Amino acid sequence: MKDLEYYKKERSAPWRAELRKQIKAKERTLKPRTEMIEQEPLERIKNFAEVNQGLTPEMAIAEAQRCLDCPDPTCVDGCPVNINIPKFVKKIESNDFEGAIQVIKESNTLPAVCGRVCPQEQQCEANCFYNVKLQKPPIAIGYLERFAADYERNNGLGSTPEIEKRNGIKVASVGSGPSALAWSADMARKGYDVTVFEALHEIGGVLKYGIPEFRLPNDIIDYEIETLRKMGVKFVTNFVVGRTATFDDLRAQGFKAFFIGSGAGLPRFMGLPGENSINILSANEFLTRVNLMKGFRDDYDTPIPHGKNVVVVGGGNTAMDSVRTAKRLGAEHAYIVYRRSKEEMPARVEEVKHAEQEGIEFIFLANPREYIADEKGHVKKVVLDKMELGEPDESGRRRPIPTGETFELEADVVIVAIGLSPNPLVPHVVPGLKTSKWGTIIVDDDMHTSVEDMFAGGDIIRGGATVILAMGDGRRAAAGMHKYLKAKYPEKFEA
Amino acid sequence: MYKIVEKEILAPKIGKFVIEAPEIAKSRKPGNFIILRVEQKGERIPLTIVDSDVSKGTITLIVQEIGVTTGKLMDKEPGDYLLDVVGPLGKPTEIHKVGTVLAVGGGVGVAPLYPIAKGFKEAGNKVVSVIAAKTKELLILEDDMRQVSDEVIVYTDDGSYGKKGLITVGMEEVLERENVDESIIIGPAIMMKFAALLTKKYNVKTMASLNSLMVDGTGMCGACRVTVGGRTVFTCVDGPEFDAHQVDFDELLTRLTHYKDQEVKAYEEFMRTRKSHAVS
Repeated sequence: MKDLEYYKKERSAPWRAELRKQIKAKERTLKPRTEMIEQEPLERIKNFAEVNQGLTPEMAIAEAQRCLDCPDPTCVDGCPVNINIPKFVKKIESNDFEGAIQVIKESNTLPAVCGRVCPQEQQCEANCFYNVKLQKPPIAIGYLERFAADYERNNGLGSTPEIEKRNGIKVASVGSGPSALAWSADMARKGYDVTVFEALHEIGGVLKYGIPEFRLPNDIIDYEIETLRKMGVKFVTNFVVGRTATFDDLRAQGFKAFFIGSGAGLPRFMGLPGENSINILSANEFLTRVNLMKGFRDDYDTPIPHGKNVVVVGGGNTAMDSVRTAKRLGAEHAYIVYRRSKEEMPARVEEVKHAEQEGIEFIFLANPREYIADEKGHVKKVVLDKMELGEPDESGRRRPIPTGETFELEADVVIVAIGLSPNPLVPHVVPGLKTSKWGTIIVDDDMHTSVEDMFAGGDIIRGGATVILAMGDGRRAAAGMHKYLKAKYPEKFEA
Repeated sequence: MYKIVEKEILAPKIGKFVIEAPEIAKSRKPGNFIILRVEQKGERIPLTIVDSDVSKGTITLIVQEIGVTTGKLMDKEPGDYLLDVVGPLGKPTEIHKVGTVLAVGGGVGVAPLYPIAKGFKEAGNKVVSVIAAKTKELLILEDDMRQVSDEVIVYTDDGSYGKKGLITVGMEEVLERENVDESIIIGPAIMMKFAALLTKKYNVKTMASLNSLMVDGTGMCGACRVTVGGRTVFTCVDGPEFDAHQVDFDELLTRLTHYKDQEVKAYEEFMRTRKSHAVS
């Protein structure tokens, strides 16, 4: 929970009190929520450029004016990293965009990323007074966060956060996704000698290989990584911790603690007849070929499957990313096949809306039972079970049950986006590292694992969650690791 | 960046590269592979580590030009750099003292076979190797294989060198005359399929090293999935070696053709604009 006294004190600052007086609350509530500028659907399905184009300064200020600057900012409770939301929104209202991004950066290392991919409608915006009490659309906190971050980047205002006195202690992360990046920022700020190890050839993890350009351009991630580099974080690509070098090798090189952010690497399949036919891919493979390996560009060597009828199995954000990518690669029909109904889809509302606008065809209450291939082994048809919803299961959603009826769908490419299992590599090579029955690493409240010098966060402990939850884990792990190292090496922290 | 320190053309379109990668040289074991990327716009491809020199910090790779990426690699010369090399990946070969080992390598498959044969030899086994190629000039690593084998039997499809016939004839020669405790077979998928059928007939435990398509090589994409004993497994993290009698080779053969059309077209385009013809 947030420290309400702190927020009250911040709120009582004269500039904010003054700002509140400038527009009457009633007037604020009558303003409509700002609409994001978007590329036209028919235009954007022909390119990979970002769908959301951002807000203009005028739009951002108008949206910030809607915010009532509540005495108890419930929005903050919905934020996994507790950004001081009203403060940065009011900075925008007062035309101090640089001040706004500085407020955000106190709590969030990757604002340009989070402003784009966070499920705000389930977090800060869900808790907004407008939403809860006024039955009006909430303040567009996500748009405003993105606006502030873009403003800073586009105007070359990026500043490197201040670093505390260097303590010289070497620490390392396994992986370079959102949890590891958030962890590395906090550790660098606290004066540690930070190295980020990544198995792939680019830094960013799922932000690079998973999330498509049209939702999160790689340039934006690289910009944020550059800031970390300026803070002294060292990035090592092509390095599989546990294989290229063991943890003991790294300990011998002087590393005193590790953050495991190796993610949920292993794609799940359903084990159906014909599932290994040609052109049936995991979403991870499809998206990696397109995003990381730039298969959508003619000047890159990476081959990718182009289909007329592309079927994507699943209802999460990865499924939406896959199906919208397939559409952009020229699919005539790009289908989502989901075993429950629209209401239960875990994908973000905005992604579903965008997908619908782009002509994605949704088939609900259907689940593949078999794939049929042609004589060359290429998939040509999916046989689907018609499903119905029964009693709620442990996830609280109604359980889908086959009705016994089946139907067929023509498909020349099938993308399986039904989830991931935790990457087993680290648990395999670290004796004594406790994992759950799902293979996730078990941690305590400080994100400390059962191994003394190891902390963990992100999908390797959650099994498949969001960027912002991973970042929250990374920050908590940094705090936990700092506590541990300070107790263990007090001499390094003497003034 | 990973420097190429040596290059040798072993046969038409088959090159041996010695590459600076000190950490991999130190940690790799027989059976491990690496993934490399020649340049920014290139693909990631897996190659078995043939040998390493810890003191020099180098690993040895052998590559056969079959497409754009391998073509670009073949055009590289000593002093040039590869953009990315990551590894060692995959499970190392399980090497024990078992008695007599039949090591079977077809074509460029002799390259990944060499470190495994060497490992078995060093573990005190009797190693009988059968190596084969289409024709004499495509046969590679004969001398190296002789150094790590008690006996090497050579076959060529056209009889231009060694005995004439398919590799399975050579295998049968050995299986008929002596007791074999374990076999390892590496080569084109179609060769491994028939080699596995043969050792199954003789009831000899057999491992095959699979050459599936891969992207990341760390279990993330599933491109390399293959059915072994009725279960879907990933070649990159569960393999690359599997019980050859359990592998669904027909499925592997099909899956290897996944991007064939695009690959053939891209290779034709590459050849049309290729500057260097260092290898003919």
